[in-house]
Amino acid sequence: MKTDFYFSTESLAVGYNGKALISDISLGLKKGEILTLIGPNGSGKSTILKSITRHLATISGVVYIDEKNMRTMNGRDIATRMAVVLTDRVRPELMTCGELVASGRYPYTNSFGKLTARDHEIVMESLRRVHAEDLYDRDFAAISDGQRQRIMLARAIAQEPEIIVLDEPTSFLDIKHKIELLEILNDMAKNQNITVVMSLHEIDLACKVSDKIVCVKGDHIAAYGKPDEIFSDERINQLYEIERGSYNALLGSVELSRPSGAPRYFLIGGGGHGIPYYRALQKANIPFAAGILFENDVDFAVASVLASEVVAAKAFEAISDAAIAQAKQIIDRVEAVIDCGCPIGEFNRASGVLMEYARGKIITEVPV
Amino acid sequence: MKKTYTDTMRYCMVFLSLAILFCAAVVWNINTGSVDISLKDIANIIFTKDATDQASYNIIWKIRLPRLLTAAVLGGALSLSGFLLQTFFRNPIAGPFVLGISSGAKMFLAVVTIALSKYITTVPVSLTVISAFIGSMLSMMFVLAFSGKIKNMSMLLVIGIMISYICSAVTDFLINFAKESDIVNLTHWSLGSFSGAGWDNLKIATVIVLPTLAAVFFLSKPISAYALGEGYAQSLGVNIKLFRVLLIIFSSILSACVTAFAGPISFIGIAVPHISRIMLKTQKPQVMIPATFLCGAVFCMICDLIARTMFAPTELSVGTVTSAIGAPIVIWLMISRQRKDAQA
Repeated sequence: MKTDFYFSTESLAVGYNGKALISDISLGLKKGEILTLIGPNGSGKSTILKSITRHLATISGVVYIDEKNMRTMNGRDIATRMAVVLTDRVRPELMTCGELVASGRYPYTNSFGKLTARDHEIVMESLRRVHAEDLYDRDFAAISDGQRQRIMLARAIAQEPEIIVLDEPTSFLDIKHKIELLEILNDMAKNQNITVVMSLHEIDLACKVSDKIVCVKGDHIAAYGKPDEIFSDERINQLYEIERGSYNALLGSVELSRPSGAPRYFLIGGGGHGIPYYRALQKANIPFAAGILFENDVDFAVASVLASEVVAAKAFEAISDAAIAQAKQIIDRVEAVIDCGCPIGEFNRASGVLMEYARGKIITEVPV
Repeated sequence: MKKTYTDTMRYCMVFLSLAILFCAAVVWNINTGSVDISLKDIANIIFTKDATDQASYNIIWKIRLPRLLTAAVLGGALSLSGFLLQTFFRNPIAGPFVLGISSGAKMFLAVVTIALSKYITTVPVSLTVISAFIGSMLSMMFVLAFSGKIKNMSMLLVIGIMISYICSAVTDFLINFAKESDIVNLTHWSLGSFSGAGWDNLKIATVIVLPTLAAVFFLSKPISAYALGEGYAQSLGVNIKLFRVLLIIFSSILSACVTAFAGPISFIGIAVPHISRIMLKTQKPQVMIPATFLCGAVFCMICDLIARTMFAPTELSVGTVTSAIGAPIVIWLMISRQRKDAQA
């Protein structure tokens, strides 16, 4: 196969005990590109990764590294090209972080595993790359989850691979460490030209760090492409079968399910002022309506998935009389109007008009 | 890098202390017993083979020396076997007999003893050794046959334990139908003892154990890769299937050899790797393998000494002593280490 891809799969089928779970996986990655597998729990992300790393026998199809069929390569050939970070929780006894990172030198050391001065240099360099030089002497069992994951990554780096495969590297990490880890991967990919294949649960992060995205869904690849081609609200909500609540692909934000029923309050918001009120009402499970919001307003993005009714106005256009009339109609039906505290200026004069109309019915706190 | 230096110092200290203990145990062992022989005479008899005092010469050359060396070689073998299985299963309570080695040996010995009881009154030692060894190897074959079929190591542990239950059941069944007098030999064997160890057996044991020790030492690199589990070991290029088979074979040969010559001696195989690990503060097989072997040799010699002298002239079985001494040591080491970890 002649391609300019460094890593590729050709109609790969993966599964257990000779039975294919997911077939026809054809992916291609150039050097230094990051590919992320996303998909619901149990969709087969790990199965695909394990088949790539040869922890699972492939059912059919071929995996190529550097245009070589992986099946024809021996263990050492692969080990000098591909490093892995698995989900296995390792708990080695009496092992310092330095020793653990040094275990990545395995394919390069002599038959007794003696580390040379160069090996030590590479170990230190790998630790530096993940900002963990100070952990060198520490017992691996005594450090935090975030540090542990960085050490596991340093171990993979010390293997001097051309491709790193990571299975959910950000699980168990808090948001700071998630960002840090992905920054390190991104740096490796772009500056060292290392190809990265991984699975992530955090779709908001996946779209920011990846060059290519694979949506894995149970028995097939639901979508494969660049993040901006993949990340639409609809596709994500479908991929994960989100029935209650929603995911906003543009903002990367998650909202819980919309309170059902006729709106009891009308919220006058805008410019992000409405969002805390919308969420408070959602928590109390009180249906509400919101308006009048420009379609490019961040309040609109949230209101459209939480409010029973939204009175919207086209972005960059004056608010129409029809919208004002519609809002007034809702105000007539609700118990009260909540002023979310959005300042009123030249372009949202309509909000002022509505406040005037609802006078006597206005409150400023969520009545819970 | 300072740490590497202190580590090396520590390893040297541990090996030095073990060497001193080894020599002390040898001297003490020769020097202790129902017949007192002075140190000077001992040195004279051993190094010049001075046979003027025929009785002392015989006691030392024919009884005490082969016995203590057998204890050393088999103690080392047992500990090494335990170390291999603990590494392999990444389970601190794995010991040399978890794969059903001793139960297989006992079952086969029971079959042989009872089958022959009609024709001979006492089973010769050589036959005991051979049957126990064959029994051990049979259990190992079973475990090996399963090891290719399973994905995860803890299942192999379960299979080993189940095999040992099956073997015990068969043994108990046979014993039910045997006369008490026929199975004296079996009962005696199953307690474990070095009494009656002679040069012939020692030679055979050494020929089996030392090459296996060397082979295991040559495996230290893949063993070290195992510290992070099979998944990572494989990703580093270790041939997992081959490695599994080699580990099972080596650890089984070691424990089968012990079982054949001295019976199933409990505990050393579990305790000594822990003791060595805690002394060395490392898991590195390159140092752990020789240290565990040496430590096992010393431990076993001391236990045998206690077994034969504590209630002399009644001799305890060495298994009784190893458990009585080994278990408290392990508990103490574990707890003190945990306390240290909590402080750090």
